[in-house]
Amino acid sequence: MPNEEQVPIWFFIGGILVVYGVLILGSGIFELFNPPPPEARVALYDLHADLWWGAFMTAFGAFYCVRFQPDRGARFGGSAGGTTEATEP
Amino acid sequence: MPSVTLFAASRAPLISMGRLDVLIIAIYFAVVLGIGFYLKKYVSTGDDFFMAGRKMTAWIAGLSFISANLSSLETMGWSAMAYQYGMLGAHAYWSGAVPAILFLAIVMMPFYYICRTHSVPGYLKLRFGTSTSALAGISFAMLTVLVSGASMFAMAKILHLLLGWNMDVSIWVASLTVAIYVSLGGLVSAVFNEVLQYFLIWFGSLLIPVLGLIDAGGWAGMVEKIQRNVPIVHPTVGDANFTSLWQNLGSFDANPMGIDWFGIIFGLGLAVGFGYWCTDFLQVQRVIVAKDLRSAQNGTIIGAVLKMLVPIIVTLPGLLGLAVLLQPDGSPMVLVSEADPRANITHHTYNDVVPLLMGKYLGPGLLGLGITAMIAGFMSGMAGNASAFATVWTYDVYRLLIRRNASDQHYLWMGRWCALLGIMMSVGTAYALFYFSNILEFLLVLIFFFIVPLFGVVILGMLWKRATPTGAFVGFLSAIIASMAMWAFVHTFPDGHRPAPSVAVDPGAVVRIEKTGEGDDEIVRGVTVEKGTVRTVNVPIEANGSIRNSLDETLSEAHRLPADLVVENGRTSRVRVLAPSVVLADTNQPDKFGLEGVPVELAPGVRLVASNVVQSFNPAEFNAAHVKYIARSEKAKPMAVNVYSAAWTLLICVTVLVGVSLFTEPKPESELRDLVIGLTPIPDDGPCPWYKHPWLWATLVMIALVIVNWIFW
Repeated sequence: MPNEEQVPIWFFIGGILVVYGVLILGSGIFELFNPPPPEARVALYDLHADLWWGAFMTAFGAFYCVRFQPDRGARFGGSAGGTTEATEP
Repeated sequence: MPSVTLFAASRAPLISMGRLDVLIIAIYFAVVLGIGFYLKKYVSTGDDFFMAGRKMTAWIAGLSFISANLSSLETMGWSAMAYQYGMLGAHAYWSGAVPAILFLAIVMMPFYYICRTHSVPGYLKLRFGTSTSALAGISFAMLTVLVSGASMFAMAKILHLLLGWNMDVSIWVASLTVAIYVSLGGLVSAVFNEVLQYFLIWFGSLLIPVLGLIDAGGWAGMVEKIQRNVPIVHPTVGDANFTSLWQNLGSFDANPMGIDWFGIIFGLGLAVGFGYWCTDFLQVQRVIVAKDLRSAQNGTIIGAVLKMLVPIIVTLPGLLGLAVLLQPDGSPMVLVSEADPRANITHHTYNDVVPLLMGKYLGPGLLGLGITAMIAGFMSGMAGNASAFATVWTYDVYRLLIRRNASDQHYLWMGRWCALLGIMMSVGTAYALFYFSNILEFLLVLIFFFIVPLFGVVILGMLWKRATPTGAFVGFLSAIIASMAMWAFVHTFPDGHRPAPSVAVDPGAVVRIEKTGEGDDEIVRGVTVEKGTVRTVNVPIEANGSIRNSLDETLSEAHRLPADLVVENGRTSRVRVLAPSVVLADTNQPDKFGLEGVPVELAPGVRLVASNVVQSFNPAEFNAAHVKYIARSEKAKPMAVNVYSAAWTLLICVTVLVGVSLFTEPKPESELRDLVIGLTPIPDDGPCPWYKHPWLWATLVMIALVIVNWIFW
């Protein structure tokens, strides 16, 4: 199995979490300024879980993207195969 | 006349998603497919495809090990168990999984790893020869396909009930996606996606217990609400303790499972837990492909830590379901088992507990993430089965019995097609389940009992060099037969089993419902069927001055079915009326309902089909008189019967294997090197700092496990 130039799995994970986090955070901000009618709200709507959960996912994903970006030497090893210690989460 | 109106489930899908939710799900599918295409170029040999090149790190191995098991059948199933059995559901993790995973890491992993086997049947071939290995390989390959199909069917059914999605589309989209990424990238792709899915499952699921606990008023508030609601939700075990892990296991009456500590420790903890985690190849495959033995061991220990945390997203939502799921009038929502005739007609089922909580707490975007977590769980389980099937079939059946000396490229080609074939066979199984939906339950029980004997054979093979090939084969086979015999025994009724009296109104019938009161005070006084077909079971029919138990005729005059009947031992049973799809005479609108203890009037012209049913075998019912011999109590619930059966199965396997081995010829020691304890030198992985030693981490995890058990005692 060739090891060269393989994108680490952690980078993929960071990427999808950033995308999801931004979408959920954006939705939360939209709902903050355009709240749904009371009968359409979920339980505990006032906690605005989408805001803080979206922000947390974005931050977590961004950390993984930066920490495990492909040109920092993380190889497939850091993905699904062998790795250096620096590429472990 | 008093009457009881059962909760009428809404006709609309349980959850309605917005465009953002659909986008989040679409992104998930695009990413997992993209990963499959991306990894194809890294898979060029059989070892790459089946063993991921044996290059995985401890973290990847551990995450994949747990993710392959975190299928939605597992998460939804054990959330349902927690709703049904309370805190005892956590024993699946803290008694049934973590000790077994640590045992796998420390004791068994060296043998699996050093003998360089491709699979658990592969180990059996080296240790005991072809017959035991072939029996294990063929059984495992077939069961893998069946489990994958069952998982697929469950996913399609749940997505249909929750979201109104077409079941055919759900089955084909999910299965083709898995087929593509597994056949392209083999185990590498399956593992890669499993790690991704692990993160999505946690991010999509963790908000439910967080928000649920806030809503319930913290842990203490949740416990107080559970104690208040349980007598209504589970009236037959209303006095049982639902919130303790151990202190309610002193007697069979004190807990909702009808089990005691002996059954939990020896049945769930030893037989089921060790069997599942130490010999289910789907799990073991994830860690035997690590880059070295220490990584395989530490990866398994990481898996144990991650497994210890899973009750947060599985058991806790089940408990919250007992506390915070309420009807509009504030009364507790009652969920029923899939086997209950009211399931999905008038009542949601135990399996719906997580989706109901999702619908309650998750808004746009978060809901899509939660559904994605659910789909990811299904797909990781399916991919795990597909890759395990490809490996076991190619190496332990095809290469062993059909074509021994083909090239590596040929086996790689076979593996790719086997992954596809496995998925297609799973699709066939899923469609078969449309017609035999109860098979799902029985299938899981059979798997349960196949894995346990396998553990008996493997563990004695590793720890006792006197164990012989004949002893292993006879012990394995007799334990499988014994486990099936026990299953049949508890479902057999020599004196006959009469199902409870019931009335079913066929779809399309026209009915009129008589009610008094308004809103929450509304009470149904009676039902009149004006047109259509009505089927009764065990309801005596008075006709022409005599009582008839069975008939099929169109009524020439009005007839009244009773609300209550005297059944066995002078006990009175309310007649249950189920109408899954009828038309209301007053409004001409479609409706469905379920009632108990309400008289049913049949108008002239209605077809009445009455049946008198007495069964000598019913796989959905347990004979309490037989159950007490297996599970030591007539009060044992299905889960208790299963774990006790597993304990006896393991005992039978070990006893027969030892007995037969003592009278048959063992293999010479020269053939047992690297396979049996005492004849297996542990390889030197190089210098190991103390903080990386598997023994240290296994000890710390064990201490943490004891603390967790003490906290929730």
